[in-house]
Amino acid sequence: MTTKNIMIVGVGGQGSVLASKLLGHLLTKQGYDVKVSEVHGMSQRGGSVVTYVRYGDKVYSPVIDRGQADFIVSFEILEAARWLDYLSQDGQIVTSTQQIDPMPVLTGAMNYPENLLAEIQKTGAKVDALDCLKLAEQAGSSKAVNLVLLGRLSHYFTDITQEAWQEAISECVPQKFLDLNRKAFDLGRNA
Amino acid sequence: MKRLMQGNEAAARGLYEAGCCVASSYPGTPSTEITEEIAKYDDVYSEWSPNEKVSMETAFGASLAGRRSFCGMKHVGLNVAADPLFTVSYTGVNAGMVICVADDAGMHSSQNEQDSRHYAKAAKLPMLEPSDSQEALDYFKAAYEISEKFDAPVIVKMCTRVAHSQSLVEAGERQEVPERPYEKNIAKYVMMPGNAIKRHPVVEERMKRLADFAETSGLNRIDDGSDKSTGIVTSSTCYQYVKEALGDKFPVLKLGMIWPMPERKLKNFADTVDRLVIVEELDGFIEEHCKILGLKCEGKSLFGYLGELSQNIIAEKLGLPVTRGRKLDDSVKIPARPPLMCAGCPHRGLFFTLNQAGCTVLGDIGCYTLGAVAPLSAMDMTLCMGASVSAVHGFSKAGGKNVVAVIGDSTFMHSGMTGLANIAYNQSKSTVIILDNSITGMTGHQQNPTTGLNIKGDPAGKIDLESLCRAMGFNRVRVVDPYNLKECADVLREELDADESSVIISRRPCALLKHVKHNPPLTVDTAKCVGCKSCMKIGCPALSMKGGKAHVDETLCVGCGVCEQRCKFGAFKGGE
Repeated sequence: MTTKNIMIVGVGGQGSVLASKLLGHLLTKQGYDVKVSEVHGMSQRGGSVVTYVRYGDKVYSPVIDRGQADFIVSFEILEAARWLDYLSQDGQIVTSTQQIDPMPVLTGAMNYPENLLAEIQKTGAKVDALDCLKLAEQAGSSKAVNLVLLGRLSHYFTDITQEAWQEAISECVPQKFLDLNRKAFDLGRNA
Repeated sequence: MKRLMQGNEAAARGLYEAGCCVASSYPGTPSTEITEEIAKYDDVYSEWSPNEKVSMETAFGASLAGRRSFCGMKHVGLNVAADPLFTVSYTGVNAGMVICVADDAGMHSSQNEQDSRHYAKAAKLPMLEPSDSQEALDYFKAAYEISEKFDAPVIVKMCTRVAHSQSLVEAGERQEVPERPYEKNIAKYVMMPGNAIKRHPVVEERMKRLADFAETSGLNRIDDGSDKSTGIVTSSTCYQYVKEALGDKFPVLKLGMIWPMPERKLKNFADTVDRLVIVEELDGFIEEHCKILGLKCEGKSLFGYLGELSQNIIAEKLGLPVTRGRKLDDSVKIPARPPLMCAGCPHRGLFFTLNQAGCTVLGDIGCYTLGAVAPLSAMDMTLCMGASVSAVHGFSKAGGKNVVAVIGDSTFMHSGMTGLANIAYNQSKSTVIILDNSITGMTGHQQNPTTGLNIKGDPAGKIDLESLCRAMGFNRVRVVDPYNLKECADVLREELDADESSVIISRRPCALLKHVKHNPPLTVDTAKCVGCKSCMKIGCPALSMKGGKAHVDETLCVGCGVCEQRCKFGAFKGGE
């Protein structure tokens, strides 16, 4: 099969590392060649962060280029908009509706763009938007947004069973947070 | 079974399997995780050392004593270690010695974009360049064989995309390598002129043998292609971009050993194609060498010298179609989201104090470099590790006033101490502020000589900063709590007004450390808030203006109380 591309975008500290770890683990167990690429260091300090997950028969590049993402999984609407240029023509956005003001907005130098979700949809992009923060809190922690998003994303992977997802969760999440994360995943999946 | 492994983790696995016994490094993105991963293997002694020069000399000592050794660093770290590098090339090694340097094209977390391949050429040492995690593991193992066979330390060059990407790896078993007993050899290891003169021809002769090795080594290989109108020479992560963009269309000569280069192989490959294209990030290292060999080729004229390449850039420059994404309406302006100091960062209070005092701030390398970001804007210079302390001395000697150096605890240990010695010795009226957050922050919380813990988190020696500064001759050594704005402002004024040099230690642990207990988030009494935005001047990401009133994001706030001290109207309330 041709290589499939998933981008995980958000703000440093939101939990994209666990999300990419889980996806990488899941897809490896499905027998695919997998590459996951992220950047550590300064950008993690509250900056815009992006992780690339690629899988298929044979994957070369560790990064996804413009117009190549089959999925953009976004923790924050502004970040989905920032990386829109990377979405493929029939790509799907799965995003949390959370808004986090970046420093230029906090200081009043710029405004957070209005009706951003509608602006993204106007480009023809397919958008699945969900209040993941609310669902994560419902599951027991605002930190579980990553699993809510993965639960939502799992919808679109018709060839990967629910059991395989559950197995990957139990193998990647610390035991004491397992119930919380399972609940968050289910809330996202069934929303 | 194959496992998904980060390049740095695979590198560490390779070192482990090769029987490496001693690893000494200074953390630096994107190299840090190699040594963090080695620390998980009990068969390997590992440590964080104060700086890269110390690391390399430690690794050399271990090699001399007869054990395979390692030191790892980021590209700019190799500048610090360049002194031993150029001469360990002359002495050669006893047991294998491997040096990792990790470049950061695109400057994801660095102050420059230098191309470290030049060091291999300049120091006359072999350099390998893996292009994914499996190669990282394999090349680090191969590096020890080359090191012992050719009596030379071997450099393995990583880059951000190899170091921080995960790909599938088949791990092997550790090979226990017998100790090579140390034998005294003054002519080989004591590099005074009379001996070094005799070692230089050995180095030149070694380069010839290494060049022959490069011709036949499987590290340099050709992937055949159906279309011989173009042939590509590439290495490292660029190889992956080339294959992604072109598949098996054009033949590709992949250089796993980037120095010395296989000259006959390059010439023969060039003969098989009509057009030779060199795909490499940053400098035209391969291209220049090809041109010295008299080969007609293109490279930098297509791809330039800046930043990272990608599959689309390569396709586009070779006239192939590229994918395009979706575009937002031009009227939608997307604000940038630069990295910033975390909520509750102990550096914030200190930088706010410097901002208010109108100081010229000579900065250094670490999280606190973010003190330059608006609205704090409290940094005037950042150059390299330790430069703040040396430069404040020069600034003061040249008549500069109201100036301070700011440097973190780990950076101070790395190369701030020598600058401080210069202030103590040559007596400038300088004020040095050590931002002691009890950890190496930016690279993700590594221990250092001031924290009292070693790389495994076990108790270790602990250097006392106050005693150290006093021992150097500083009479004025003050300690402040950066969460206390008044104390910071008063002490700063006193030390700037003092008639001698001084050290201020701004001490509070990093707010992200697990053992640091946070206070409940603050709240705003909107009846008292007049919307003056005085609190906004501290640049805290937990603070914003909502409906003309200050607002605290309770998921981010750690209750440090710095904003509360800014409010004349008592609008902030401590959390319950």
